[in-house]
Amino acid sequence: MNKKVNIVLAGVGGQGVVTAANLLGKAGINGKVNVFTSEIHGMAQRGGSVSCTVRMGDVSGPLVPNGGADVIVSTEPVEALRYITYAHKKTKIITDTNPLIPFTVAVGGEIYPSLEDIFSELKMYGELYPIDALKIAENAGAVITRNSVLLGALAGTDVLPFPSEVLLETILENIPEKYKMVNKNAFVQGMNAYKKIKQKI
Amino acid sequence: MEITEDNKGKRVLLLGNEAITRGALEAGVDVATTYPGTPSSEIADTFSKIAQEATKQDKDPGFYFEYSVNEKVALEIAAAASFCGLRALTCMKHVGLNVASDAFMTYMYVGCKGGHIIVSADDPYCHSSQNEQDNRYFAIFGGAPMLEPTTPQEAKEMTRIGFDISEQLELPILLRTTTRLNHARGPTVFNALQKPRRKGHFEKNPLLVTVPSTARAKHPVLLQHLDDAEKISEKSPFNEIITIGKPGDIGIVASGVGFDYAKEVAEDMHLNVRILKLGMTHPIPRKMCEKFIDSCETIIVVEELEPILEQQFKTFAHDIGSDVKIIGKSTGHFSRLYEYTPDIVAAAFSKFFKTKNPYPQPFESKLKLPSRPPSLCPGCPHRSTYYAVKKAAPKDTIYPTDIGCYTLGKAPPLEIADLLLCMGSNAGTACGLAVSTDQKIVSFMGDSTFFHSGIPPIIDAVHHNHDVVITILDNRTTAMTGHQPNPGTDIDGMGRPAKRLNVEDVVKGLGVEHIEIVNPDNLKETTAAFKRAIDFKGPAVVVSKSPCILLEVQRKRKAGENIAIYEIDQSKCKQCKTCIGRFGCPALYFADDKSIHIDVTQCNGCGICTQICPFSAISKKGGKK
Repeated sequence: MNKKVNIVLAGVGGQGVVTAANLLGKAGINGKVNVFTSEIHGMAQRGGSVSCTVRMGDVSGPLVPNGGADVIVSTEPVEALRYITYAHKKTKIITDTNPLIPFTVAVGGEIYPSLEDIFSELKMYGELYPIDALKIAENAGAVITRNSVLLGALAGTDVLPFPSEVLLETILENIPEKYKMVNKNAFVQGMNAYKKIKQKI
Repeated sequence: MEITEDNKGKRVLLLGNEAITRGALEAGVDVATTYPGTPSSEIADTFSKIAQEATKQDKDPGFYFEYSVNEKVALEIAAAASFCGLRALTCMKHVGLNVASDAFMTYMYVGCKGGHIIVSADDPYCHSSQNEQDNRYFAIFGGAPMLEPTTPQEAKEMTRIGFDISEQLELPILLRTTTRLNHARGPTVFNALQKPRRKGHFEKNPLLVTVPSTARAKHPVLLQHLDDAEKISEKSPFNEIITIGKPGDIGIVASGVGFDYAKEVAEDMHLNVRILKLGMTHPIPRKMCEKFIDSCETIIVVEELEPILEQQFKTFAHDIGSDVKIIGKSTGHFSRLYEYTPDIVAAAFSKFFKTKNPYPQPFESKLKLPSRPPSLCPGCPHRSTYYAVKKAAPKDTIYPTDIGCYTLGKAPPLEIADLLLCMGSNAGTACGLAVSTDQKIVSFMGDSTFFHSGIPPIIDAVHHNHDVVITILDNRTTAMTGHQPNPGTDIDGMGRPAKRLNVEDVVKGLGVEHIEIVNPDNLKETTAAFKRAIDFKGPAVVVSKSPCILLEVQRKRKAGENIAIYEIDQSKCKQCKTCIGRFGCPALYFADDKSIHIDVTQCNGCGICTQICPFSAISKKGGKK
């Protein structure tokens, strides 16, 4: 196990990035490890770009240094690339493949790059795991389980300093009874999706 | 609720802000007050949640809590509780202390009775603020003992123990935090809860009336209290020396999250240094610092924003005749700007130690990424109001704005924000512009800002007959900071029924003669109302009333109501771009073939776009849950 585990969660305000970071942090407590997270609230949450950090093990503060991320999990492809400063060559980059086009493209004439370009760029900076979390979530039974898919994928990596069941149980104990089954499905399918790509790499 | 469990020794993950609330509960706080502001809001929101839960169960939460009308009133209420012998906490963002500063400065002369913690949540890098002022200066300016936590656990402990220090010194304590503490989560271990006292007693004392003779008598008392505080600081466990590697003659001085970065970077660089971690930074433990200076050849000071510790260490070194080298902002190793990161600290350390930076040069994407600033939500009523104003007002109209979501109107395509200083400044600057130019002026503020500090400038406009249009965007909540109640809501922060003040009634009471009340969902009528208000000679107020779309969507979901879905009929759409290019709802987008569509996942079903489209191409299609 690494002495320090650094995870960066990226996405768009409203996509549940802060909630995902909180759940990972709680899993750290349940897994009996030292854990710090950091997040940005307020102005940054009205549809803006959002990043959270989750650190476990022998760490004293909440921020991840440049090139320090073991995993980047992004709920949106361009956002994965935006936080590439945290990557080193072996960083696992797990990203949802569904773009959310910012209003600056429609209004300001900015350009959203093609997914192909984004992915080939991401591959230069780490191990890329593109996952269609929306589709998997739909198959699992509810689109709102998208982040459980991505957290499942994260649990499929070997970076968490506790068993993946701890993360799953933490997610389940923090959601209403009626959504437990679909989230469990989403989590397991996310983990499988990760492992399937892993085999090919 | 986990946060109110009386479970000593339990280890939980708490947000820095939640940890402060827990610390106050462990100290048996009686009265807590605030005006919400990022990054402080969750301290008060946690009190509010606990109180609401208790109210629901018809129980007493064990404390009184309120979202006060502004920070000054919040501080005054808590100070009065302290005079009655109760324990009090007041929390606010850094600029909130500017508003409360009139009370704050003289409060230090008067001193407190029950322990009082004043939390200032500073925001280096201005993540959600209009400036990044360093409120440690307020501790020195007013004479408040100050504590600066480095982790949520320490934030809880400093709050808990801070109440004792406050009572011992008869001085309120400034708990100074920064965004990376407020919005960081970390493991926190519970202490036992204290049963709070509920009612105090006000004992009359002429020294509580700060007429000049009292003030002159009380100022030396404050200085005496600060001498006593320095003695506490010398012995405080919050000030300690930590050795990394082998103890060498290079020392690091750090406080707040700067300490977190300094420690980790020193470890990652395998340095041999001693770190003087200062948790009680005012009064600074002078003897401890002098001893540390004496034991070092070089001292590196790691503190975000202003060189406050650095300058004090230079003074101490001079006073004891030490020729210690002090590395910091004045030597160019650190900046006075923005928040620090491990990388910034590592760059400074590697420059000084002439060793390799342990962190790599960051990758940089070769693709140009589209920017993604925050924006008004799809369906936000402010967008409709803004759209109507732009239709009604002449081209060079000036739009003073204010602090809240509506500041986001600055972005294209609306670009309807021209001037902003602080809470309430929209109306004050509007009056100033009216006497200085012949341009039309339409200013904007939210309902919570109106109650906070928007009322006095309206009185000024009425009294002096300034030719301005002042708009109050009344969405019946304090949206940007997390939907806290305000005097315009019929429920208070404890979940109890509260007297609702109607914005328009207040405005009428201020003597405004031209008042327009509009619903921005009706663009035609809203535009006409603004035209009338602009044509009126003298002060006019437009109250634009429509609830925050996020609350509205939440309400519909709870009630099981559908959220309408709208669609663009491609055979009717002439791609005139009025919807995207002028209205700018983020749910609208261009497809690859340049046709315009509505993103169903983002659309909140307000339907305003149907009123905007000149070709009637947009219509309701159905509904979503």
